[in-house]
Amino acid sequence: MNTLKRSTHPRPFLSSGRFATALLTAAIMGASTQAIAQDDDPIKVGILHSLSGTMAISETVLKDTVEMLIEQQNEAGGLLGRQLEAVVVDPASNWPLFAERARELLDQEEVDVIFGNWTSVSRKSVLPVVEELNGLLFYPVQYEGEESSENVFYTGAAPNQQAIPAVEYLINEVGIERFALVGTDYVYPRTTNRILEAFLKDEHGIADEDIMVNYTPFGHSDWQNIVAEIRRFGEEGKPTAVISTVNGDANVPFYTELSNQGIDAADIPVIAFSVGEQELTGIDTGPLVGHLAAWNYFMSVDNDDNYDFIDAWIEYTGDDMAVTNDPMEAHYIGFNMWAEAVRKAGTTDVDTVKDAIIGVTVPNLSGGYAAMMPNHHITKPVLIGEIQDNGQFDIVWQTPSTVAGDAWSDYLPGSRDLIADWRKPMECGNFNVVNGSCGGSTAAEEAEAALAE
Amino acid sequence: MRRFLSLGLLCLLLLSITVTAQAQTSSTNTADDDAALELLEALDVESYADKGDAITAILQSDDERARDWLQALLDGRLQRTEDGRFVLVLENRGRDWPVADVLTGEALGEMSRRDLERIGINNNLRNQLRSAIAVVDLYSPNVERRRTSAERLLGEVDGELVPTLDDLIEQEEDEQVRYRLTQAVAIYRAEAGEMAGVEALDGSLHPRSRVALSRAANSDDPVVANAAAASLAGIEQQLKINRGLETLYFGLSLGSVLVLAAIGLAITFGVMGVINMAHGELMMLGAYTTWAMQQLLPGQPGLALILSIPAGFMVAALAGVAIERGVIQFLKGRPLETLLATFGISLILQQLVRTVISPLNRTVITPEWMSGSLVVNDALSLTLNRMYVLGFALVVFAGLMLIMRRTRLGLEVRAVTQNRAMARSMGIRATRVDIMTFALGSGVAGLAGVALSQLTNVGPNLGQNYIIDSFMVVVFGGVGNLWGTLVAGLSLGVINQVLEPWAGAVLAKIIVLVFIILFIQKRPRGLFPQKGRAAEG
Repeated sequence: MNTLKRSTHPRPFLSSGRFATALLTAAIMGASTQAIAQDDDPIKVGILHSLSGTMAISETVLKDTVEMLIEQQNEAGGLLGRQLEAVVVDPASNWPLFAERARELLDQEEVDVIFGNWTSVSRKSVLPVVEELNGLLFYPVQYEGEESSENVFYTGAAPNQQAIPAVEYLINEVGIERFALVGTDYVYPRTTNRILEAFLKDEHGIADEDIMVNYTPFGHSDWQNIVAEIRRFGEEGKPTAVISTVNGDANVPFYTELSNQGIDAADIPVIAFSVGEQELTGIDTGPLVGHLAAWNYFMSVDNDDNYDFIDAWIEYTGDDMAVTNDPMEAHYIGFNMWAEAVRKAGTTDVDTVKDAIIGVTVPNLSGGYAAMMPNHHITKPVLIGEIQDNGQFDIVWQTPSTVAGDAWSDYLPGSRDLIADWRKPMECGNFNVVNGSCGGSTAAEEAEAALAE
Repeated sequence: MRRFLSLGLLCLLLLSITVTAQAQTSSTNTADDDAALELLEALDVESYADKGDAITAILQSDDERARDWLQALLDGRLQRTEDGRFVLVLENRGRDWPVADVLTGEALGEMSRRDLERIGINNNLRNQLRSAIAVVDLYSPNVERRRTSAERLLGEVDGELVPTLDDLIEQEEDEQVRYRLTQAVAIYRAEAGEMAGVEALDGSLHPRSRVALSRAANSDDPVVANAAAASLAGIEQQLKINRGLETLYFGLSLGSVLVLAAIGLAITFGVMGVINMAHGELMMLGAYTTWAMQQLLPGQPGLALILSIPAGFMVAALAGVAIERGVIQFLKGRPLETLLATFGISLILQQLVRTVISPLNRTVITPEWMSGSLVVNDALSLTLNRMYVLGFALVVFAGLMLIMRRTRLGLEVRAVTQNRAMARSMGIRATRVDIMTFALGSGVAGLAGVALSQLTNVGPNLGQNYIIDSFMVVVFGGVGNLWGTLVAGLSLGVINQVLEPWAGAVLAKIIVLVFIILFIQKRPRGLFPQKGRAAEG
C-alpha cells in the first residue's frame, strides 16, 4: 500500500480523507503513468529544529534558513527536475523527543535528508535512530568532536576549527599567559575545556595555577561572584583572557556583569565559542566592544556572496534588522553540498548520496570553498572577530587557508590514535591506527549516556 | 532618512561649486589637509604593526584634530569610501549609515555599508589608542577627561613620561587627578626598585600597586624588598576585609532578588493558601511591560523604567484578577487541582508570549544611571543595578508591611484568612477580599518582573527560572509570615554567595537545597512559624 501511495501521487491527495479517490485515480491512470508520476514526486527535506522551549531562540532561525534555501532551490527549478518540499517537526528542546521526531521523519514521512539539531545531547539522542533507519543528517553547529557517524555530516566546526586556533591567536597575537575557562555545565563545554587544558599544558607549557575552570548551570543569571573571581584572577600581573563556552542566554547577564564590574576587553578579553550575531541581538553591545568570538563565518564578512545571502535573508524574513550567523552558513554549505551530491548521483538514494558527497566542494560565504572530507567533516576558514557597538563582529584575524575538521582530537589520550574515513574499503568512524581495528558504532550507548545526564 | 539624503546631495552640490573657490582662499588649510590625508592614509594598511606606527605619527603631528581621529578610530567610526575619502560614520545601525567627511566635517548623507570600508583595529591597538588619548587628555581643560586619563596611566608609565608627570603633578589643581598621577609615578618607581615608590604605595589597594609591590619584594636591595613585603602583608589584610564585604553585598543582592520574587507569593500562597504555579509568569508579564514601555518611549529608557513600576503592577494585578476569577475561585480548598490548573495557565501564558511577541528574548535597555558601579575604594566597588534592586526590594517590602498592618484591606485579609466564616458573619465581603489579595500578590510579582528585567533576560522562560526559588524562600521563611520571607530570602542569598567561590555555582545551589530540606525536616513550619490558633487551620 505504501509503495502505491508513494509512487502514484503527490502527497496532498492522500493526507486528507480522499483515499478512495486516490485509488480510483490510480486505477484510471494505470501503470503507464507511474514512471512519470514518480518524477513529479517532491523530494522531501526534513527539518528537525526546536521551535519552542529554551533552544527556540537559536534554532528557529535555522528552520527558516533551510526553508529559504528550499524556496530558492525550487525557484531555480528544483533538483533532478523535481520540486523540494520541507517537512517541519518540532522537538521542543526536549532531547528524547528529538529521537522520536527523527523516527517520525524517516519512518512515516520518508524524508530524503534531515537538517537539524543544535545541542550535542540532542544529536547524541538522534544518532541511533538515524543509523538504524539509514537516514542522512546535516548537523550545523560547532561541537566537541569525538564522533563520526556514517549517517551524519558535520558542517559546523570541530574543536580544531574553532577552539584550538582561537587559543593560539590569544597566545601568539595577544600575548595571553593566563586563562580562565568558563562554561555552561554540559557535554560540549566540558569536552572542549578538557581538550583545551591538555593543549595549553602540553603544547604551551602553561602552569596549573594559570588555568582557572568554572562551570555554571544552564540559564545562570547571578554572575557577581564568578566575575569578581575572574577579575581577581586577572589582577596578578600576567595578561589574562577568558575562554567562554557559556551557552545561550546566560551570556547576557554574564557580559552585563563584566561591564558593570568594569572589566574591559582591553584588560581581560573574553573569547566566546557560542556567542554569535543572533545572541548579541539581545544585548546592548556598547560595553562589550573588543570582546572576541571565534567562528568560521561572520555576518560582517566582506564578500558579495555573503551580501547576497544577507539580502535574501532580510527579504525572506521581512525584517530589516535580521542577522545571519555561523550555523546558518553551515546549513547553507550543507544544503548546497547535499544538492550537489544528489545532482552528481542522479538520485536521492541515501547510500548513493553518502558516497557521492565525499569530495564535493561548494563555495562558502567568506569567499572560499568548503569540501566534504572522508571523515564527514568539512574544510572551513577560522575567523576571530571583535564585537562592535552595532552588534556585529570586526574580523581581526583569520587562518591563511581553510582547516579540515578533525573528528578525533590529537590532544586527548584515548582519541589521539583514532581516525575516521567513510570511503571504501575502510568505512569506519573510529579506526584505531595503532592496533589497526575499527571500533564500530557506539551510537546507542552514547545516546543512553548523554540522555542519562 | 530622506532628509539626510537630500542634505547630503545638497552638500555635494555645494561642495563641487565651492571647491575651486576654497582652494584659492585658504591655501594653508589645504596644505594642512594634504598632510592630514597622508597621516590618515598610513592607517589604511593590512598590518596592525604598521597601523600602530601610523597612530604614533598622528600623535606626534600637531594637528588639532588628532584626538578626534584617534577617538573615531577607537570607536570604529573612521571609515573609507570606495573613492578613498575618509569619513566619520555618525550612526552605524541598519544597512545605510549617515556619514561626514573627516577632514572637512561636512555631512555627506547616507552611504550603504557595502561602499564603506572600516579601518579595523584589534585589542592591542585599542590599548595603544587609549594610552595615546590618555596622554593627550592630560593637558585637557576638562577635569573628567584628566581623571580618566590619570587612571588609565596606572602601570602604563615609562621612564620618558616621569619628568612630564612630575611637572604636571605640581600644576594640577584637582585632588583626584593629583593622587592618581602620584600613584602612577610611584608604581613606575616601585617596579624599578626605588624606595620612594614603595613608600608611596603603602596602603594602596589598586591591583597595579600590588603587582608593582610584589615585584619590588623580589628586588635585590633587601631594604626595599622588606619594606615592600611589609606593605604587601598590610594590603592583603585590607583586601581580605574588602573581599568579605564584597561577598556580603553579592549575597544581599542575590537575596533581594529572591525576596522580590517570593514576596508576592508570600501573599497568595502564604496568606491566602493558594498554590499559584503561574506566579513566575506574572513576573514575566511585569518584565515584558518594561520592554513595552521602552518601545513606547524610545530614547528615554530611564523614564520608561520608572513608569513601568506602576504599569507592571497594574498589568500583573489585572492578570491576577483574571486568573482568580476565571479559575482559582472554582477550585477553593482543592490544592492539587489548583496546582495543576495554574501550571496549565503558566504554560498558556508562556506560549502566548511566544506566539504574540516572539520566542526570542527582548532587549531591555539599562538606563545610564543604573550601569557601572559605585567605587568605594580601589578594591571594592558595588554594582549600581544591583544596588537599585536591593533598595527597591526593601521599599516594596516596607510598602507591603504597611498595607498588611495599617490599612483596612490588610485587616480584612488577616481576618478572612484566620477565620473565613467568622469574618463573613462580621460583614466582610470575603470574595472581594480574595480578589484584592490575589491582585496585590500578583501586582507585586509584576514589580519583581520590572526589577528582574534589569538583571536577567526578558524572555518567555523568565518566570520558570524563579518559581522554584520563590516557593523555597516562602516555605523556608515560614508560610504566612512576611518577615520570614525577608529574612529567608536574604540569608539564602548570602549562604549561596559564601558557598559559591569554593563549591562552584552548581554545587552551591545543591548544597542550599539540601540544607533547606534538612531544615524543613527539623522545623516543618519554617524559620518563623505562625503561632496561635490560626496556625492550626
